[in-house]
Amino acid sequence: MAQVQVKLEHVTKRFVTKTLGDIVAVDDFNFEVYEGECFSILGPSGCGKTTALRMIAGFEDLTEGEIHLGGRPVSSSKRNLYVPPEERDLGMVFQAFAVWPHKNVFENVAYPLRIKKVQRSEIERRVKEALHHTSLTGLEKTYPSDLSGGQQQRIALARSIVTNPKVMLLDEPLSNLDPHLRETMRFELKELQSKFGFTIIFVTHDQSEAMALSDRMLVADMGKIMQIDTPENLYNRPINRFVHSFLGESTFLNVVIKDGKVYAKGDMEHPLDLEAPPNAEPEMIMATRPNAIELTAEKGYRTHVQTRIFLTDRTEYVVPIGDQTLKVQTPHRITFSQGESCSVRFVEPMWYPVEDADAEKERQRRQLI
Amino acid sequence: MINLRKNKDLAAVEGRRIGLDNVMTVLAFVLLLVIVVIPISMIIYNAFFHEGKFTFSLIVDQLTRSTTVSSMWNTIKIGGLVTLFGTIMGVFYAWLLGRSNIPGKKLMRSLFTIPYMFPPFLGAMAWDLLLNGRSGYLNRWLVQTFNLSSAPLNINTIWGIVFVEVSYYFPFVFMQVVSALERMDPTLEESARIAGAKQGTVIRTITLPLVVPAISAGALLILISSLAHFGVPAILGFSQGIFTLPTRIFAVISRSGGSFEGIRQAAALSILLVVVVALALLLQRKVLSSGGYDIIKGKSMRPTLINLRGARIPLFILAIVTLGVVVLVPLVMIFLVGLVRAYGLPLIPANFTLANYARIFTTSGTLDSIKNSLVLAISAGVISMTLGTLIAYVVQKIKPKGTGVLEILSVLPYSIPGTVLAIGVILAWSGSLGVSLYNTLWIILLAYMARYLSFSMKTSSAALLQVHPSLEEAARTCGATHTESLKDITLPLIRPAMISGFFLIFLPAMREVTTSVLLYGPYTRTLGVQIYSLRDAGMMPQASALGSVAIVLIIIINAIVTAITADRKGV
Amino acid sequence: MAYVRFENISVSYGSNQVLKNFSLTLEKNEIMCLVGPSGCGKTTLVRCLLGLTKPDEGEIYVDDKCLFSSQRRINVPAERRGIGIVFQDYAVWPHLTVKDNVAYPMRKQRMKKDDIERRVKDVLKQVSMSEYINHLPGQLSGGQQQRVAIARALMSSDDLIVLDEPITNLDAKLRDQMLNEIRDIQRNIGTTIFYITHDQRAALHLGDQLAIMNERGELIQVGTDEDIILRPKSRFIFEFIGVTNFIPLKRVDSEYKLDLGREMLPWLEPVPDDLPQGKPIEIGTRPNDITFDDTSPIRAKVKRAVFLGSEYDYFVELGDREIRLQQSTLDAALVGVAKEGSEVGLRFLNPHYYEAKRREA
Repeated sequence: MAQVQVKLEHVTKRFVTKTLGDIVAVDDFNFEVYEGECFSILGPSGCGKTTALRMIAGFEDLTEGEIHLGGRPVSSSKRNLYVPPEERDLGMVFQAFAVWPHKNVFENVAYPLRIKKVQRSEIERRVKEALHHTSLTGLEKTYPSDLSGGQQQRIALARSIVTNPKVMLLDEPLSNLDPHLRETMRFELKELQSKFGFTIIFVTHDQSEAMALSDRMLVADMGKIMQIDTPENLYNRPINRFVHSFLGESTFLNVVIKDGKVYAKGDMEHPLDLEAPPNAEPEMIMATRPNAIELTAEKGYRTHVQTRIFLTDRTEYVVPIGDQTLKVQTPHRITFSQGESCSVRFVEPMWYPVEDADAEKERQRRQLI
Repeated sequence: MINLRKNKDLAAVEGRRIGLDNVMTVLAFVLLLVIVVIPISMIIYNAFFHEGKFTFSLIVDQLTRSTTVSSMWNTIKIGGLVTLFGTIMGVFYAWLLGRSNIPGKKLMRSLFTIPYMFPPFLGAMAWDLLLNGRSGYLNRWLVQTFNLSSAPLNINTIWGIVFVEVSYYFPFVFMQVVSALERMDPTLEESARIAGAKQGTVIRTITLPLVVPAISAGALLILISSLAHFGVPAILGFSQGIFTLPTRIFAVISRSGGSFEGIRQAAALSILLVVVVALALLLQRKVLSSGGYDIIKGKSMRPTLINLRGARIPLFILAIVTLGVVVLVPLVMIFLVGLVRAYGLPLIPANFTLANYARIFTTSGTLDSIKNSLVLAISAGVISMTLGTLIAYVVQKIKPKGTGVLEILSVLPYSIPGTVLAIGVILAWSGSLGVSLYNTLWIILLAYMARYLSFSMKTSSAALLQVHPSLEEAARTCGATHTESLKDITLPLIRPAMISGFFLIFLPAMREVTTSVLLYGPYTRTLGVQIYSLRDAGMMPQASALGSVAIVLIIIINAIVTAITADRKGV
Repeated sequence: MAYVRFENISVSYGSNQVLKNFSLTLEKNEIMCLVGPSGCGKTTLVRCLLGLTKPDEGEIYVDDKCLFSSQRRINVPAERRGIGIVFQDYAVWPHLTVKDNVAYPMRKQRMKKDDIERRVKDVLKQVSMSEYINHLPGQLSGGQQQRVAIARALMSSDDLIVLDEPITNLDAKLRDQMLNEIRDIQRNIGTTIFYITHDQRAALHLGDQLAIMNERGELIQVGTDEDIILRPKSRFIFEFIGVTNFIPLKRVDSEYKLDLGREMLPWLEPVPDDLPQGKPIEIGTRPNDITFDDTSPIRAKVKRAVFLGSEYDYFVELGDREIRLQQSTLDAALVGVAKEGSEVGLRFLNPHYYEAKRREA
């Protein structure tokens, strides 16, 4: 049974602001991260992810609850305990890298060891090793301003692994890199993790980044935890409409359920080839993904192609269904021309209740902070 | 994106027209010739040419005089000390107000920038009234109260000069450092804490090194200002025979009664002063080029404040006391002495009268000086900004041949002390070239224009940079000619900066004394000169009263400026 | 009918030849996207069209009117060319209201005040910015500023509008939205649009016709998006769009085999007749045109499987090379996911045949 490296128990953070009223940035976060895991916290801005990370790091104190690192409490409201960041023995890579411009690469990476008053020869050895693992060998005497963004991030990475921390915190690690570099860094991060065995917690708003890197993910919205699970489960079986649309392109259909059959709203004559879900309500939202819809000549609900857009790696069709339209994406080799009749079939969709509009307003208010 | 624009891109405008561009370029060159090149050339000519031949003899002659050597030495000594203490004070308070949890930060921040507003010579006057070695009010009170044999404090010393200059120049460092501290990316310090460093270590190893460029920039500003400064050493040093190069130059001119010999000596001395300042500028260049760090943060994050704990209140009191000494004491002194019937009388209501203030409005000489300063300041502001904009536009957008020369010429006067510029203007426009503007407002205006040109160039350049070329090009593609696009697009967009720039020239020009003290004639006294003359003639209360009026004027104008420039929602 | 004609345009800055004998035509009422990497010369071409840069040689015609001719020494000044432009940074004047921004071109043409008012209202309606008529640009979002820039361009000319990479600064969702808006506006008004970008995705999304340039300023292919993707004329075009895999193909006796270094595997797909003879051939294929097929003789090993949400990204070791395979989640649901380390069979659904490129050392 893997050890728990990081644990949050009923952690809440409340901010009192002058202009926007009281904000509960983090509302009753409970989760555990296991040793060696790569765990991400994902959500839109204002969801509480950055605040949560900063509380784990110790830059913010919690209002309520407890945070444990390696089994030892580091922040606790009931015990009135607060361990400052410099004593938490963590590694952290900031979004803008925070590499010190007045120190060269070697000095940047050596800094944590110098603070700990490690022996000179030992510092040399460990820094060289860290640089080797981040492909920075040979650049010891260079200054950060002479290096690219990708290399600067590697400096930050090397600096955080040089003390062999058990837990690494990453704040939007890949968002400042250009897309090509992102893929490379993703791979290197995973390699580093398997080599050193540390636990990673990282925070991002980019779902593809989270899904590519994480063993498990936490999706947050407006300070609350929505769902914690593996990327695949989150993508395929999201617990609510928010998680569904946040993790990828979504197609939502208003449906009417009558006598155990499912109809697209606006067309009560032709049922969809689906079983009604258990505990169905008369009106629901059926959720699926544009590329999870099967588009064939005959199988399923009959409709036709309203528009057809050719994209780089897929073709996008818009087909009418009931009184709505449906977006379907297929690989190029599946072709239908505009106006041609076709059929759509849904594979294991999700079902959600019809949502309220206030949630969107609240979400926007938080983004202002 | 590479800016490939050069003449090719304006070729669309080619052809028959003479072109607005060419007119502007020629105008720019001519103006710089008149304002900058000629006065400077005259100084060089008069300092290095004797009877038509190039020689160092004039300079050497000056250097052999002990008065010159001691003046040079004083200039450097005072400059060094003021820089040292001004920097320490500036950094200390920048930290206190920028990074600690001291109370009343916001208010104190604005209060600490007040010294910046006032001419140091007024402060020197006030401190002289208080701590004059012989008759200072505070000295006399101390002698009486503690039964001392002689005055314990003497402001008419090198240290006195240093003290007053520090209190007016430390904001240079203060403002630079406070701004750097506020804009610094807090994650630079946070990552140090994660690495295990405690607060103190973070400051020592990370924060301080990163603000060194800001500190150096401010420190060198102090150094250069002090080296070129006239007012404080003049007021505090003359009576004791303490001279700096700028005051020495003034002494040579005034004692020689305007003779040619005097001016030539002044020219030689000017060269020496320029050399000293140039060395400081070279130092500045070296320090600045070796490391501006890109430490500005992207997202708005608040840096963690240092908790002062027990020291919080004592440091707060220290800051208040400092403010009091630096800002309040001189102001109060000037106002009070302005009210006294005669200098030396105790400062009690019984001895107060408003006659001094009344006299200001009845004495034509004094009223004229106020009028002169207003006229000069407004003209200098308007003309300098216009010229600066013209030159900046030519340099940035038209880019003709010789652009480099234009740039150098327009920022050259920045490095030349006001005293030296005055000498140059005298040499150029007192008849030797056929034009005599001596004893007119024009000669002062020409000196002002030279002095403030580089400043307006910098402001205009910055403003023009904000006007992306595509904004003008968009107008052209909408059917506007080059002139129309200037009128419709460029000018309105730089107008707010022009207005701010105007005031930033108007204010110093209004209270200026260094340059006008060498150029004034019987009817062309400026406000600063008038205050100085009254004091020189021993009329302390009248000088103080006029000084108070000057202060009030400055405060009012500052308030108007802040209101006007704050109104403009940034374009 | 060719509406815009660039004929043999050459431009050089000093020793740097940016465009050489560049020719391109645009048809009326179409959206033409000019795509190429940054610095390839597309902005220079646009500046020539607008009259902001003077070509060294060539001719430019719009609607049969000559705007520039080096031979005939014609060079109509920028302010008289009547072409609307939306710059990359929109160049919306911050000190003028939306109304004044949009009205500017008409004011320069000295039109009557009432006419201007009317047209401004019309065009703002077309870009859905009517309620912002008195706003200042500083109060608008990036997307709204772009609409104002488009409205202004429409006032300059509702016949020809040029857009120079206007959406690069927006985030992905907004970008798609803006592209749709541009297309909708064009469909409603019928303007000819010349859209310049380095983002092939945007070009594919928007363009009726695409013109693709390489980094040396040469025009490689002009065609519809389907032409470009399904019938790329050259390897450059094929490689230009997205990720591509290449595998050498060798002819052994009368059969074709995949040359995978240590082994050669049979290639059973029909090979076209017009393959260049005597030259090494490579098969080019896109990641989502490969599927798993147990019956295929082409065996590979899955090195890495990355779940990206809408698809699975596979890095597969095929002989001596690594190729990339993409599987949509629908396929994954229907056919199954391949685990890391497992052996799989591959079937290539849409191979292209190209001359092999010399492997760079």
